[in-house]
Amino acid sequence: MADKYAAFIWPAYAVTALGFAWMVLDTLLRARRWKRRAEALERELGK
Amino acid sequence: MLASLANPHRFMGFSRWAAPLCGLIALAFLIPGLWLGFAAPEDYQQGATVRIMFIHVPAAWISMFAYACLGGASFFSLVFRHALADAAARAVAPLGAAFTLLALVTGSLWGRPEWGTWWVWDARLTSVLVLFLLFIGYMALRSAIDDETRAGRAAAILALVGLINLPIVKFSVDWWNTLHQGESIFRKGGPTIATVFLIPLALMGFGYLFAFGALWLERTRAEVWRRRARNLEAQAAA
Repeated sequence: MADKYAAFIWPAYAVTALGFAWMVLDTLLRARRWKRRAEALERELGK
Repeated sequence: MLASLANPHRFMGFSRWAAPLCGLIALAFLIPGLWLGFAAPEDYQQGATVRIMFIHVPAAWISMFAYACLGGASFFSLVFRHALADAAARAVAPLGAAFTLLALVTGSLWGRPEWGTWWVWDARLTSVLVLFLLFIGYMALRSAIDDETRAGRAAAILALVGLINLPIVKFSVDWWNTLHQGESIFRKGGPTIATVFLIPLALMGFGYLFAFGALWLERTRAEVWRRRARNLEAQAAA
């Protein structure tokens, strides 16, 4: 892989890894945040 | 199955185990896909750059599939006024934009050594850029209108109008003379690429598909929780 094309191949894989990392983290954090918020409100309102 | 899952309570019960399961299945495809992709020989014409295909092509497939999902969810939201369909549509748009951006960037990184240019305004590349702008436009429109119901309806209309772009993306390489290569997988007569490349590509394609499924389910769950929290906030304020 250390050939003349490495400068194109590795950035493509790095961008993909970053893209997936963003999608996974943003999705999990968003789900956790809203679940906690809804559950806190349910407790507050006695539901 | 779909009618049953239209019930938000049933959907939350189903997605609680289906989302992580899809994530695990995605890993089960992606790990051997990556392994075989890097173990595959270099292409006789493209050399090692053929390895970009294993991440570029699945991203392009999923970007189109995500838009089809956005269109389908928008249709059910608009016609049947189904809240879960609207939540699913809102949840899929950022994922679609991300996969489309990945397809564009990795395609550009593949195009530079193969074509000698990062970008060209040919029909395939331009129609995929339009696809990306449609996802961005959908999200921007939803954010621009305060009333969530009105925002959802306006964005659903935009999503449905944008469906016309899907066949343009798919057939652009047939209808116009493009620098982008023609269809080599989903074509009459079967795939034209060598098996040694087709197997890792198929594994990566399924991996991307299940990863997209896991993320979409989880984001839709987050959207259901967000709406629940908003309703409870309104009750608390009343």
